[in-house]
Amino acid sequence: MRHFLEFEKPIAELESKIEELRKMSEADGLNIAEEVAKLTEKHDRLLRATYAKLTAWQKTQVARHEDRPKTGDYVRALITEFTPLAGDRAFADDAAVVGGLGRFRGRSVAVIGTERGSDTDSRVKSNFGMARPEGYRKARRLIELAGRFGLPVLTFVDTFGAFPGIDAEARGQAEAIARSIEACLEAPVPVVVTIIGEGGSGGAMALAAGDTVLMLEHAVYSVITPEGCAAILWKEASQAAAAAEALKITADDLKRLGLIDAIVPEPLGGAHRDAETTIAAVGDAIAAALAPLLALDAPARTARRRDKFLEMGREPPA
Amino acid sequence: MSWLTEYVRPKIRTLLRREDVPDNLWVQCPACQQMMFHTEVEKHLKVCTHCGHHMRASADDRLRWTFDGGTFSRIELPKVPADPLRFRDSQRYADRLRGAREKTHHDDALLVAHGTIGGQRAVVAVMDFDFMGGSMGAAVGEGIVAAAKLAVLQDAPLIVFTASGGARMQEGAISLMQMPRTTIATRLVKEAGLPFIVVLTDPTTGGVTASFAMLGDIQIAEPGAMIGFAGARVIEQTVREKLPEGFQRAEYLHEHGIVDMVVKRTELAATLARLILLLRVKDLEAA
Repeated sequence: MRHFLEFEKPIAELESKIEELRKMSEADGLNIAEEVAKLTEKHDRLLRATYAKLTAWQKTQVARHEDRPKTGDYVRALITEFTPLAGDRAFADDAAVVGGLGRFRGRSVAVIGTERGSDTDSRVKSNFGMARPEGYRKARRLIELAGRFGLPVLTFVDTFGAFPGIDAEARGQAEAIARSIEACLEAPVPVVVTIIGEGGSGGAMALAAGDTVLMLEHAVYSVITPEGCAAILWKEASQAAAAAEALKITADDLKRLGLIDAIVPEPLGGAHRDAETTIAAVGDAIAAALAPLLALDAPARTARRRDKFLEMGREPPA
Repeated sequence: MSWLTEYVRPKIRTLLRREDVPDNLWVQCPACQQMMFHTEVEKHLKVCTHCGHHMRASADDRLRWTFDGGTFSRIELPKVPADPLRFRDSQRYADRLRGAREKTHHDDALLVAHGTIGGQRAVVAVMDFDFMGGSMGAAVGEGIVAAAKLAVLQDAPLIVFTASGGARMQEGAISLMQMPRTTIATRLVKEAGLPFIVVLTDPTTGGVTASFAMLGDIQIAEPGAMIGFAGARVIEQTVREKLPEGFQRAEYLHEHGIVDMVVKRTELAATLARLILLLRVKDLEAA
């Protein structure tokens, strides 16, 4: 069963009406093809209109949609011979950060991503994609491994943020994130980042300081969740929609501000309506991003990456 | 807690921040409630003479206490676009910025100066918690980068005093990008073979902690300072249990191996001088 978001209610109603008509025609042998076609057209029009002008808060809900493809889906579809690697060599393996080696279109790569999980069991196991220090230390280890063997790094970002827990703090959550950012910045190999869902604060940034940062059309990327920002600045979490708007968290906003490099379009009605097409588009975008990066030598690439970040926010984009 | 402490504390704190403190003022320690004459408080670098509590200090205090003889030269920091998102909550960000500038007489939440510490040249960057909670936006990020470049130019170590509630939300993802930007700044210093020393002061949290503040060659914390990534309230709401005694305090971080040392304010300048010499003057007899 498809899960509909609050603002998709009119779309959901149309879909169930179409379904009902279809069943009726099957049962009674009535010819209502014309009626179905009309409704389907109306449905598509409404879907297109709705998704053409999603608000920042609606996009946040789309980005968090439970049917939206998750990191694991991308890895399964885009990476062959995927060989997961585990652990930070100091404390534990963190299921919130998946990582390993594999081949992307024939090329050996290291893949790292935050995993939210797609059902109750996997969500609990991966702590809803909120990583602990072990997760970021694993990421750093894999980036350094990739650097040693000249393998490009592909990261997939989809997280509320780093886990705010007692254990995480005790083991140096802040230091683990800082070192992971540093590893991304220092990697002597290409680092291509894709924000596939929610890019939540420092927990996302830990894997996002790359040469090229791609972002799906309806993904969001923010310094704080709209709910968190609303609670602090508006003093009520119910103002999340206003906060989402003010924070400028959509792919269009980030592109305009010069903070991401490219937007990957989603199929009509969002990635959750057609995972396969979405993942294929992301694959193509990663391939297109990698090619020019592979043509650069390592020092030039690292210097370019630094310069890109150093230039951010300096002048208002024209 | 009596009505007196509830009432008196905030008022005296406000007065303390002013530059022109009248001579006849008594200061109450927020930890032990003892009263001290304010000249006494100043003489002891705002450390309570009764219980040793380290009261909050201003960015200007830090510079005065750190450099030899309290003398230093502040540098002007690069200008960045103000209010790039035209952010507005209950108040406009532009107005909040103006208010903070009037209150602190600083352009933003970071001061950078150079001078000598124990006779050695040094660059010091200090975050100003009084300026919008020391939050890090483009101006602070740019200031850290400028401080790093100055250190490289002067062949001097970089010392950063942190005090921050985290990212400047009003600058959205631009504030988030200060995490990689300041991380690059630390690399510039380290690649030049220069020491990067962090002094974590009360409080240091969020995106500041999770970037340059945790990347020091040496990590020093002030006694009792609150230092962490997530805020205590957020953690409490997430894990639904009581936080352990002393959680996220300097001593807790020391115990967990996250900082090298907890250093009393009165011993800080001497410690910095010793560390710089140990790292840079490798043979005293040859020097």
